[in-house]
Amino acid sequence: MATFSVTQPRKSRVLTGFMALYLLYTLVPLVWLVINASKTQPALFSTSGLSFGGTFALFDNIGQTFTYNGGIFFRWLGNTLLYVVVGAGGATILATAAGYGLAKYRFPGRRAVFAVVLGAVAVPPTALAVPTFLMFSKLGLTNTPLAVIIPSLISPFGLYLIWVYAADAIPDELLEAARIDGAGEIRIFLTVTLRQLVPGIITVTLFTMVQTWNNYFLPLIMLSEPKWYPLTVGLNQWSAQANGAGAQPIFNLVLTGSLLTIIPLVVAFLLMQRFWQSGLSAGSVKQ
Amino acid sequence: MSRFRTRAKAAAAVALAAALAVGCSSGGSSSAPAAATGTQDSVDAALKAGGEITYWSWTPSAKDQVAAFEKEYPNVKVNYVNAGTNKDEYTKLQNAIKAGSGAPDVAQIEYYALPQFALTDSLADLNQFGFGSFEKDYSASTWAQVKNGNGVYGLPQDSGPMALFYNKEVFDKNGIAVPKTWAEYIEAAKKLHTADPTKYMTSDTGDPGAVLSMIWQAGGRPFAVDGKNVKVNFGDAGTKKWTALWDQMIQGKLLAPVKEWSDDWFRALGDGTVSSLVTGAWMPGNFISSVPGASGKWAVAPMPTYDGKPVTAENGGSAQSVVKQSKNAPLAAAFVRWLNHGGGVQPFIKSGGFPSTTADLTSPAFVDQEVPYFGGQKINQVLTQASKDVAPGWSYLPYQTYANSVFSDTAGKAYLNGTGLDAGLAAWQQAIVDYGNQQGFTVSAG
Repeated sequence: MATFSVTQPRKSRVLTGFMALYLLYTLVPLVWLVINASKTQPALFSTSGLSFGGTFALFDNIGQTFTYNGGIFFRWLGNTLLYVVVGAGGATILATAAGYGLAKYRFPGRRAVFAVVLGAVAVPPTALAVPTFLMFSKLGLTNTPLAVIIPSLISPFGLYLIWVYAADAIPDELLEAARIDGAGEIRIFLTVTLRQLVPGIITVTLFTMVQTWNNYFLPLIMLSEPKWYPLTVGLNQWSAQANGAGAQPIFNLVLTGSLLTIIPLVVAFLLMQRFWQSGLSAGSVKQ
Repeated sequence: MSRFRTRAKAAAAVALAAALAVGCSSGGSSSAPAAATGTQDSVDAALKAGGEITYWSWTPSAKDQVAAFEKEYPNVKVNYVNAGTNKDEYTKLQNAIKAGSGAPDVAQIEYYALPQFALTDSLADLNQFGFGSFEKDYSASTWAQVKNGNGVYGLPQDSGPMALFYNKEVFDKNGIAVPKTWAEYIEAAKKLHTADPTKYMTSDTGDPGAVLSMIWQAGGRPFAVDGKNVKVNFGDAGTKKWTALWDQMIQGKLLAPVKEWSDDWFRALGDGTVSSLVTGAWMPGNFISSVPGASGKWAVAPMPTYDGKPVTAENGGSAQSVVKQSKNAPLAAAFVRWLNHGGGVQPFIKSGGFPSTTADLTSPAFVDQEVPYFGGQKINQVLTQASKDVAPGWSYLPYQTYANSVFSDTAGKAYLNGTGLDAGLAAWQQAIVDYGNQQGFTVSAG
């Protein structure tokens, strides 16, 4: 009989099979995307979805994607990067500072803030899109990058995550020691706290980054000029071109564009994986 | 150019005369029609003065048209923006109108969505510029679409009188004659699918626009709109005629299981899996640009009818309208006039669009054109005849875009599980009535 231990648990055939199926389910769309991004438009219409179509046109498609319509794809890529760097980056900074503050300082109204933040987590951003639009329109900010960036700066979930994480990861004793040594609160935050919070910050960065990268509805209603579109809205416009009178389908470019769009996210996940994993399990065991 | 000028002048003269006539009679009767008030003088003046306007459209020819317009009128700058295709654009337009700023001066709006913007007072009534006098220059069915009450809320651009597009090669190979009546069509669908199970007569996964067009042709008039009072009735004889017909297609599994406008669908049009389409006259351009592989195989015939007498309906088509928010409405109107009543029409036709101007619908150059893709067939003879055979008296809902967005949750189910179109349409009707009443309309089912 085999013996099982904590490090060598019993294997479950059912679970393994289930996971294999799940892996397949996750990978098939990706494989489909890669295969079909390598086809020309006519081949796309004449060959089956999961087989290569005669010619290998991936590089040609990439070239076309970047040059179609005066290189607008490049502009959309730049917009998306801008929204992610400023929006998601700013959201992470704000969430970190606020989460830490709420976790480690006692002040009146703290419970009220807690309630508001939890409530905000529950409201889907899509539901707020139209009221936000009307508000921004009054401010004259619609159809500008700010209309996408400012709402992205707020990440109630990120704030909550840092809050919970900071409460556990930073012992009060550490702060007391720093204060006794004569460090100011800002200095403590920058030199002591931030380092402790790195796994949490990386996790929040990933969350806000994915959220901003994939943000569709808000930019869709905020922006009317294609020159400010992020990739999501732009690609959808390309896809919608296949519809109705005077349709000009460019599915090959939509597919190649989609493939190019997910690459930066995949790279980001691979690079930050280490930190992210340690962040997820933090606080789950008592040390 | 010169043709345009004389035409515009003549139109202005007519408008002026009409305005005078109305002016004379207005003392006598209060029920005199308020058509063709204003003149085009302010429009001409605005064009001369120049300025800047914004234009939202997704028509493939828009870019070329704007360039041509700016070349002709160098002191006018048109900011062309593709703000999204149909629904996306309407959402943005609606939001901008609600917010009070951010709307373009001129917007492309499909006929089905036009009443929604016209009734909410979001569009300029072009009668104030004397455009009401253009009525005779457009096919009756398209003019009826831009007219709402006595107001004219846009000038028609493309139109989509329906016809039957069929794959001649597949039909010949399987011994199918071109159906003239819907009964023959059903028979042909059965025969074709039995002879070759990989082939289908047509595809339809439930598109609200197509469904309404089919009901329109069958004589159904489910929507009656009178200001804020709306009647919805999917139980009239015309509607029932269509549901009885189409249920046979759905329940007999005679429809190809491919979604319209997907890559699968274009593939199916190319290889004959979908071997006919009953759709708008704008379709040839799509065949030429998107299904190049099937060149020479397709042909065009009149839309099948119930009793053999020619009758058809409109499918799709759009107009350009001046948005009320515009700060320079006369200039915006000038652009619309040029676009659909002047120099903009030819570039539009050249790009494969199907016009709504009678001058083009009757010009031999257009009607007798041999189209190589369709084996040299003079397809416009069929299509222009179809534009004359459009059944009159149709109206869309004042909130048609919403209604269409809930189609698949209600009537669309009949397509999925074959529960019968009547039940599906009844569910759609319920959703339409409920929503309309919530929005401040008085909607009755009846």
